[in-house]
Amino acid sequence: MIINILSILLMAAGLFFFLGAVVGIVRFPDFYTRMHAAGKGDTLSTMLITGAMALQVLHHFDWSHWTDLFVVVKIMAIGVLIMLTSPTSTHALMQAGYDDGIEPVARPKKKGIVSLDDSPGGDTELTPSATRIAGDGGGKGKGTK
Amino acid sequence: METFFIYSGITLLLMMAPVFYRIIVGPTAIDRIVAVNVIGTKTAVLLIIIGMLFDDVAMFVDFALAYALLNFIGSLAAARYFNKTRPAYGAGSSGKGEMT
Repeated sequence: MIINILSILLMAAGLFFFLGAVVGIVRFPDFYTRMHAAGKGDTLSTMLITGAMALQVLHHFDWSHWTDLFVVVKIMAIGVLIMLTSPTSTHALMQAGYDDGIEPVARPKKKGIVSLDDSPGGDTELTPSATRIAGDGGGKGKGTK
Repeated sequence: METFFIYSGITLLLMMAPVFYRIIVGPTAIDRIVAVNVIGTKTAVLLIIIGMLFDDVAMFVDFALAYALLNFIGSLAAARYFNKTRPAYGAGSSGKGEMT
């Protein structure tokens, strides 16, 4: 009974964090912020849900089917594997995007944060590449080729 | 408890649908790859839930392990492929990739 309640709590927490990751992936304005949401929420929700699954398998364990212990170990191995690989792949993809020259949506200036979408395009403080990306594909639905 | 796992799986599957939105309309190619990576990770989790529902976790957990490994390898391969070789904003958009 205790194990069931703990498993339900872990599963609910995992679904909650995955909901946060999904909202971040859909709603965040920028490539880097979307990577941030995907890398963190996805990893934590995966670990929580695999923990719930391992607890549930351990709950139905008896010694006549003792190989279920390996199943528990494998489920925990999936959690540990995703804990190691998901930030690695997120980091690699973010490095690839940075090398491709994707600009962040906002940059700090002397007077606070100014979004690139708010600039009319002839702003001299922005680099030419930043205005080009903001004009072409960076903005939400603004003239994407 | 079976019912709880069924509805958890359905909820997980329904929450994958907005990520498909990011796959379809993602402005850069790497946005799409990140969304595919998230969906692949959640599919590995969903395979364990399916195995729990079918009372055969010992078989499905191997599928989930292989799926997680292949997902990781695919993401790294895509990251290496898109690293300075392809423009970020889709094909044919006049060389935004060579700006560094």
